[in-house]
Amino acid sequence: MRWRRLSTVTLIQLLLIGNTVVILYPMMMMGLSAFKSTREIFRNPFGLPEVWSLANFVRVWEQTNFPLYFRNSVIVTAGSVALILVLGVMASYALARYEFRGNELLYLFFLAGIMMPLKLAVIPLFIQLRAMGLTNTHLGLMCIYAAEGLPAAVFILTGFLRTLPRDLENAARIDGASEFQILWSIMLPLVRPALVIVGIYNLVPVWNDFFFPLVFVQRESLKTLPLGLTVFMGQYATDWAVLYAGLTIAALPVIVLYVFLSRQFIAGLTAGAVKG
Amino acid sequence: MAASPRPAAPDTKRVRLSPRAGRTLWLATLLVPPTVFFLVFEVIPMISALIYSFYRWEGIGRVGFAGFDNFRRVLFEQPFQGWTINAFWNNVIVFLTLMVVQNGLALFLAILLGGNPRGTRFYQVVFFLPVTLAFVLVGFQWKLFLNPIIGLVNQMLGAVGLGALAQPWLGQESTALFSIIFVNAWRWLGFPTIVFLAAIRSIPQDYFEAARLDGANEWHVARHVTWPLIAPAVTIIVILTFIGSFNWFDLPYVMAGLDGPPGRSTDVLALYFYRTAFGETAGALQDFGRGSALAVLLFLFVLVVAITWTRILRRREVELT
Repeated sequence: MRWRRLSTVTLIQLLLIGNTVVILYPMMMMGLSAFKSTREIFRNPFGLPEVWSLANFVRVWEQTNFPLYFRNSVIVTAGSVALILVLGVMASYALARYEFRGNELLYLFFLAGIMMPLKLAVIPLFIQLRAMGLTNTHLGLMCIYAAEGLPAAVFILTGFLRTLPRDLENAARIDGASEFQILWSIMLPLVRPALVIVGIYNLVPVWNDFFFPLVFVQRESLKTLPLGLTVFMGQYATDWAVLYAGLTIAALPVIVLYVFLSRQFIAGLTAGAVKG
Repeated sequence: MAASPRPAAPDTKRVRLSPRAGRTLWLATLLVPPTVFFLVFEVIPMISALIYSFYRWEGIGRVGFAGFDNFRRVLFEQPFQGWTINAFWNNVIVFLTLMVVQNGLALFLAILLGGNPRGTRFYQVVFFLPVTLAFVLVGFQWKLFLNPIIGLVNQMLGAVGLGALAQPWLGQESTALFSIIFVNAWRWLGFPTIVFLAAIRSIPQDYFEAARLDGANEWHVARHVTWPLIAPAVTIIVILTFIGSFNWFDLPYVMAGLDGPPGRSTDVLALYFYRTAFGETAGALQDFGRGSALAVLLFLFVLVVAITWTRILRRREVELT
């Protein structure tokens, strides 16, 4: 009986380790290949690099538009998330903490957006953004991502804000605090965990998005990382060492961030699917 | 209202508001910007997408009312009908394969992790890692691995003496779609695993212990305790997989191509929609009218199926518990 239990434990560990290898091995091979020369990749695909050379990384960083793509992705992602948080807090604070006519209706109006795949409205968006002069701009992308992210932000933040006790703001009001001060210095610090969830919930999909830049950004200097990758992969199609280095550089920031914030990432990305 | 801390502010024109008006103004300040923004960038485009599908288009200009003509052409006129049906079935294959391969494996892993084996936290973090990476990145990575001559996959098969199994994975109709689906499963596996695991963890431990005391083996515990009690999580994953499969775009785009090669075997509705709206790579057949019709049809199909199915699955949840 003990023996059987021990073998079950071993079997479970073997299965889990097996899946770990399936996940990590491809990532490792991508990283290792980035240190090799193209010839070495073909001659010695599985082994460690003969020389740990950073030449490929240097080439990617200095000879391609990678730094530019990075900067663009940072700008677009930061701008979108900021816009989502500001607009999301404004709407959900009013909806959660004040009673007024049409409150419930407005809440449902925002929520309806959760079901709307904005990708399918890309034709009207294209015509509209062209007319507004927002194609080939980062601002245009930010507006789209903010509109996409707003419904979930309102949903998560409203739910959170409703749980905060009334006494807090009443006490502050008696002390003579303005409505804005109550929101800024009392409510916002309390909803910080929810803000982090909303932030990550949007951060990763926006950083990774490919579809909207593909449609709205043609100018090379404005391309974000996923779109830039398609340019890069075409340019260096036969130079695998450089390709692997580029892919590794593209993956690295997210992986590093994930290693440090894995708990928040997992909670943030599964928010909505996991009932907490 | 708090007084301005600046001492020398000239206070001549300050309007004193009644508390009621002040409240209205404050609420308007909070609500108008997000509402207008949401209208302009989400609601109006969504409604316009419906309206546009009833017009004839030349380039980016509307040239006349078309009634249901765009819908008719997309659904009943060749060659569009053939493309629509082909892409639709490919979406169905994507969905069914992901349900079995990706979500089935995820459930299995979640059950293993539910017993809290040593290293659970580590495994969770590892399995979820690819979920954070862009589909574009993962797609290109695996496109290199799947290269027929010098890709890692075929080289590995050769190295272990299975060289006969080496395939031009993305280059032949029989394997291209399934190869891309496999990459999707690799990238997304951690997501359903975590969702199932969270559901399993919320089941009271007594249930498992009671079942085991009654002499149930692990299979029976999984079948009669775990499975019914994680029904809500199953519902969510089924619906999310369904929606995701019918919006599949990035992976087939970067791994195969805009035209769904080879021979449209990797063509799916989102690719077909994009191509119709913004032009094929080969031969510019571009039409906003048919594109809008496709978008409306896809939206309605996903919405109706998702809602109906959620209803059915929710009822099943009640029956199971």
